[in-house]
Amino acid sequence: MATVTSTKTAAKPGIGPGWPKPPGKNGSNGNGRKRFGGGKRFSKDTYRITVWILMAAIVMMFVALASSYIILSGNEGWRPVRMPRAFMVSTGLILISSITMTAARRQVRQGQRRKYQGWVLLTLLLGIAFVVSQIQGWQQLVAAGAFMSGNPHSSFYYLFTGAHGIHLLGGLTALTYLALRSGQVLVGEANEKRMAAIDAVTLYWHFMDGLWVCLFLLLWLWK
Amino acid sequence: MAEAIHEVHRHPAPTGFIRKYIFSLDHKVIGIQYIMLALTAVVVGLVMSVLMRMNLSWPGTNWPIMGTLFPTGAPGGVMTPEFYLSLVTMHGTIMVFFVLTTAPQGGFGNYFLPMQIGADDMAFPVLNMMSFWVTFVGFIVLLTAIFAEGNLTVGSWFSKLGESFAAGSGTVGPIGGWTGYAPLSALGKIAGPGQGAGVNLWIISIAIFCIGSLLGALNFITTLLNMRTRGMTLMRMPLTCWAWFTTAILALLSFPVLLGGGILLLLDRVAGTSFFIPGGLYVSGSLVPLHNGGSPLLWQHLFWFFGHPEVYIAILPGMGATSHILSTFARKPIFGYRAMVFAIFAIGMLGFFVWGHHMFISGMSPYSAIAFSILTLSIGVPSAIKTFNWLGTLWGAKIRFTTPMLFAIGFVSLFVAGGITGLVLGQTSLDFFFHDTYFVTAHFHLVMGVASIFGMFAATYFWFPKMFGRMMNESLGKFHFWVTFIGVYAIFVPFHAMGMVGMPRRYAQFGEYEFLKNTHGLVLFVTVAAIITAVVQLVFYFNFFWSIFKGKKAGDNPWEATTLEWNTPSPPPHDNFAGIVPVVYHGPYEFAVPGAAKDYIMQTEPEGAA
Repeated sequence: MATVTSTKTAAKPGIGPGWPKPPGKNGSNGNGRKRFGGGKRFSKDTYRITVWILMAAIVMMFVALASSYIILSGNEGWRPVRMPRAFMVSTGLILISSITMTAARRQVRQGQRRKYQGWVLLTLLLGIAFVVSQIQGWQQLVAAGAFMSGNPHSSFYYLFTGAHGIHLLGGLTALTYLALRSGQVLVGEANEKRMAAIDAVTLYWHFMDGLWVCLFLLLWLWK
Repeated sequence: MAEAIHEVHRHPAPTGFIRKYIFSLDHKVIGIQYIMLALTAVVVGLVMSVLMRMNLSWPGTNWPIMGTLFPTGAPGGVMTPEFYLSLVTMHGTIMVFFVLTTAPQGGFGNYFLPMQIGADDMAFPVLNMMSFWVTFVGFIVLLTAIFAEGNLTVGSWFSKLGESFAAGSGTVGPIGGWTGYAPLSALGKIAGPGQGAGVNLWIISIAIFCIGSLLGALNFITTLLNMRTRGMTLMRMPLTCWAWFTTAILALLSFPVLLGGGILLLLDRVAGTSFFIPGGLYVSGSLVPLHNGGSPLLWQHLFWFFGHPEVYIAILPGMGATSHILSTFARKPIFGYRAMVFAIFAIGMLGFFVWGHHMFISGMSPYSAIAFSILTLSIGVPSAIKTFNWLGTLWGAKIRFTTPMLFAIGFVSLFVAGGITGLVLGQTSLDFFFHDTYFVTAHFHLVMGVASIFGMFAATYFWFPKMFGRMMNESLGKFHFWVTFIGVYAIFVPFHAMGMVGMPRRYAQFGEYEFLKNTHGLVLFVTVAAIITAVVQLVFYFNFFWSIFKGKKAGDNPWEATTLEWNTPSPPPHDNFAGIVPVVYHGPYEFAVPGAAKDYIMQTEPEGAA
């Protein structure tokens, strides 16, 4: 009996489903990915997992800030500030940019590199337009006499837009990187890696969009 | 082809000194850097606690060196009450952030998490390097906080940064305690001495620390989820990995809240906002102008939403290390591996729902208080599961009483002794009396401070041979253990008694209070115990640094342990396993397996080979 068990386990050493074959002698780990000196340690899940984890952290920070907003909105001294028009424009811009980013991702998946390049550039431009429009929003706030100091509602306008803007800059940097490299023809793992990066950036960009819409609705409707 | 080279992102072994030891990408070097940072920070924190004890026991004494270092904080060498409070603040902040959060997680976690799961490095080596250096900058900024106001020379450097940083705005460092309660912490220098530039630097330092920890947490979680080697299923991971994983999740979800709160607090101080400042506030004899609409309690909520998970961030890695070490030296499998995993997770997750127990006397609704109280007491269940499993592991074992084992057993003792008073403080009715007394100080020092430190001592003695290839001296280690173990109880058990007679925390001296007159002997006893315990730590430092160069050579596996890190040379090569991909066939604690040739089975031993 003992021999039967041992041959069984030798052929299929008690391992989970992600590891189909026993290790090869050339440093391959058994499912085609070389490791340790082979250099190929890339797993396409890495970026996606990382962005999800990152989003969890960012959500926690904005949940803290939004809870503060909701608590203070019931306080004495809370004077609602009118939503500047520019922020409505920005909301439109970033919603559209989410659609263009989805289009870019779809094109690259279908192998349409030129079209992908166009969509990704358009997304980048929309992202920059969003930032410009946010700055205009600040100018309109200042023109209306709502400053960072003073009553909490006007402070929250600057805080939310500023904090969101800093996180958005990360997304813009990633988009710029994708746009700069969008002309290159990549094959094999390099291509796989780019696809994973595009997936991750798309995810993050949608997140930035959704986050802004939440903040916008909070500032606009919860006063 | 340039493209192909670019895709090789696993870094080669560095050659230059700077890339090898300073800006290293190697998780092992970064781990040691974190440990060294903690070893430095803990000295600063420890010296501050001794200074506090000396001030409590011998108030008004002249310490000339204090007068030189802090001409305004301790004029003529006599510590002012405000300076005592800034020592309290700095001691708490340094110990919590730069010792209890860096060494267990950033230090040992960084070094051993990749090795125990069979990876060659962290998922993002550059991020890992950044997280250390960001943390280091945070430490430097924090150190300047006490000098910026206590020392005129240093203070003048910051005056250029604007009015709220101007020197002379206060007389000492930040005095708000590590919790920095609003509204006083939000007002700036009008709130009085010790609320000026130092508090700004204190907040900035914590914000920097938050960012460093977040980068680290991101790396830990991705690495653990995505880089486990063949056969390393989640339920085959050592309990240390489970502890580091849970800790990383806690850090990931709690530090952003503190960062958010810190930003609000800093804006209140430098940008004129009113997040934590209510209208009509009357402070130091004058009305606070221009502020309206804020809530001081909001800061407490934000702070403690982070603050409670933070204490688990400090102790969970210690629990992991203790479980690991107890099993190894008891030569028995850990009792109830699955239960241990669930208990670690349960403690971590419950930790997010109990922050209100720090705020029972803040005027919260009694119904919320009951909810927080019940949730708090329910943490006793997973904690008891862990304790009984540790005892179950020791039961009937042929224990090898090595130094790491002694410290691990000490951890269990301290965790029980400190944890049991958590059940007292978690009840609203009792907390009303004990709040802000030495009873609280006793509770959290035993359970979160000293127990975590014991976990780290155990981890240091245990993994030192792997990190440096040499053993630490056992006799010195045992001496260090016994004096420290008795010493910490001698310090903190009397604290309970002081708390019961009503001695308040954060008072610079007690001489004038009639009802505390008969505690004087106790206060002196604690001071003497504290000084002895502090001095004995020199033995540890000597042992540590002496053994790096002169210790007895350690083999690959001096403790006859089973996990992957013992399967490679000591110290390990740059890629951890010298080009071999370890394959895992066993659980982490297969000791005393019936019928096996040896009394332990390495995780890598193929099944049937033994």
